[in-house]
Amino acid sequence: MVRSRTLGARIADMLIVGSLLVLTLLTLAPVVHTIAESLSNGAAAAANAVSFWPIRFTWSSYTALFNGGGFFRAFGISVERVVLNGVLSFFLTILMAYPLSQSPRNFPARRYYIWVVVFTMLFNGGLIPWYVTIAHLGLINTIWALVLPGAVPAFNVVLLMNYFRSLPKELDEAARLDGASPWYICWKIYVPLSWPALATVTLFAIVTQWNSFFDGFILINNPHNYPLMTFIQQLVVETQSANLSILTPTQIAELSRTSGPSLNAAKFMIGMIPMLAIYPFLQRYFIHGIRLGSTNE
Amino acid sequence: MLTKPSVRTKVKPHRPAAPVHPLRPKTWSYHLMLFPGLLFLIAFNYLPMAGISIAFKEYIPALGFAKSPWVGFENFRMMAVLPGIAQIFINTITISSGEIVLLIVLPVILALLLNEVRQMWFKRSAQTIIYMPHFISWVILAGMVLELFSLHGLVNQMLSLFGLHPISFMSSNVWFRPIIVGSFVWTQMGFDTIVYLAALTALNPNLYEASALDGATRWKQMMHITIPGIRPTIVLLSALSLGNLLNANFEQVFLMYNPLVYPTGDIIQTWVYRTGLVNADFSLATAVGLLQSLVGFILILISYRLANRFANYRIF
Repeated sequence: MVRSRTLGARIADMLIVGSLLVLTLLTLAPVVHTIAESLSNGAAAAANAVSFWPIRFTWSSYTALFNGGGFFRAFGISVERVVLNGVLSFFLTILMAYPLSQSPRNFPARRYYIWVVVFTMLFNGGLIPWYVTIAHLGLINTIWALVLPGAVPAFNVVLLMNYFRSLPKELDEAARLDGASPWYICWKIYVPLSWPALATVTLFAIVTQWNSFFDGFILINNPHNYPLMTFIQQLVVETQSANLSILTPTQIAELSRTSGPSLNAAKFMIGMIPMLAIYPFLQRYFIHGIRLGSTNE
Repeated sequence: MLTKPSVRTKVKPHRPAAPVHPLRPKTWSYHLMLFPGLLFLIAFNYLPMAGISIAFKEYIPALGFAKSPWVGFENFRMMAVLPGIAQIFINTITISSGEIVLLIVLPVILALLLNEVRQMWFKRSAQTIIYMPHFISWVILAGMVLELFSLHGLVNQMLSLFGLHPISFMSSNVWFRPIIVGSFVWTQMGFDTIVYLAALTALNPNLYEASALDGATRWKQMMHITIPGIRPTIVLLSALSLGNLLNANFEQVFLMYNPLVYPTGDIIQTWVYRTGLVNADFSLATAVGLLQSLVGFILILISYRLANRFANYRIF
């Protein structure tokens, strides 16, 4: 097979692999640069001497983060929000997706419910009413302000609903003929058959929660309760865009103690490693689990 | 053999004719299952929609939602005469349309390239790596981009190798939009190939074998089998992306912009944020946000219509 291929085909192969290689390297470059900086001597990084390899290798940036209290407190708050939201949205998404996957013949009210869910994807009140509502509900400055608003991701409900609908209808009907209740069918038949879709929606929920910074920024007023991304944003990115004038004196003092390119790079690394560590393992699920909407054959 | 009797005992005798069709479940359980999720949607999606009323009021936080005085369309009249408003719409549409076009073209090319790779290990690792930025927070992505494009950053260091003077990218109104669009496309491109790759795996392999027997080259196979095979998906995603025309990525712009680039980089949502939550002009900000939501809603409906018309697509 290989031998029979012409010179032209082999050149084409090389061009294809070559261009993909360039693209993957372009994707990796900023991350590799960040890794190199985080493992470099602070002074070398501050002098912009680091490119893709650590200069005067040291773990000191990471040990400094472990010893300073704020960073890992924020890390813990992020873990907390991921766990709380993950569990809550897991159950709520399943409980909504299963009845919505029923045919209108079985569940006539479905057509109204589905609109209630989908409409939230099409239209929203905008930032200000959203903020004012959460303030009125008394959630400001609590972990629940980060956890509850995203408890029912409509996109995930639709995704899981479409997956349930792709399973054979006979499952549902046969179980019902045997007298199984909808709760039993949902949890004992549909859920165990839907791991690809469940892994996908759970991954999406976890990634969204872990990576959010803006909700923490406007809904949490006390920096001690910031989730990790808000913490990083406040102490790193905000100062990078050269807006030192808006910082408070305490922030500037904190900054001079805890900042610097190699420390910041270490913060980035610890901030992204948890998500980068899980997604490759769930990759095969989300490739097959994504069925947004359906095309009628 | 031993299991046979036990199977038999599980078969239930026929029930007397039920008043409802036996296959039709009692629906109260379905309503009950939906109830908790609905409570959350009401609290965090529908209550804020009711809060839109403050666009027609002069909202005073001390008075609250209900007691603030009605002012009719005053906030919208104010919006019409404010000088900067047209510009934030122009900025938003310029940035998002650049992203939309590139995120149609590049993922298709990428999927076609990946489809031609024969070494499975390389294909799989390339895929995994190009998805990666999708799973990184914008806080970190923005931090990395700001650092790379800073005055002494890696990009300027490379330019200096070619004898070019350093460019202050992040405060330049020429460079800001391309950097926003480019970094957004960089993060989403890989993930957006998933749908095309899925469509490609659904193509019938017999087509390729038959055409190979007829002497078709790989180029011809791509032009006549692969591309026609994913054309419906391309049409579908293009139609759907129209709904995003007023959605530049808020988090990204918020993290990467600064006052120097407001003329080209200030988008609707960043303006709404500053006007509403920083300057506490809640009502005006809500009015502008409402205009964006409404136009966005109409665009999404149009895009669904197009998707349904050209690709037989239904979201539910």
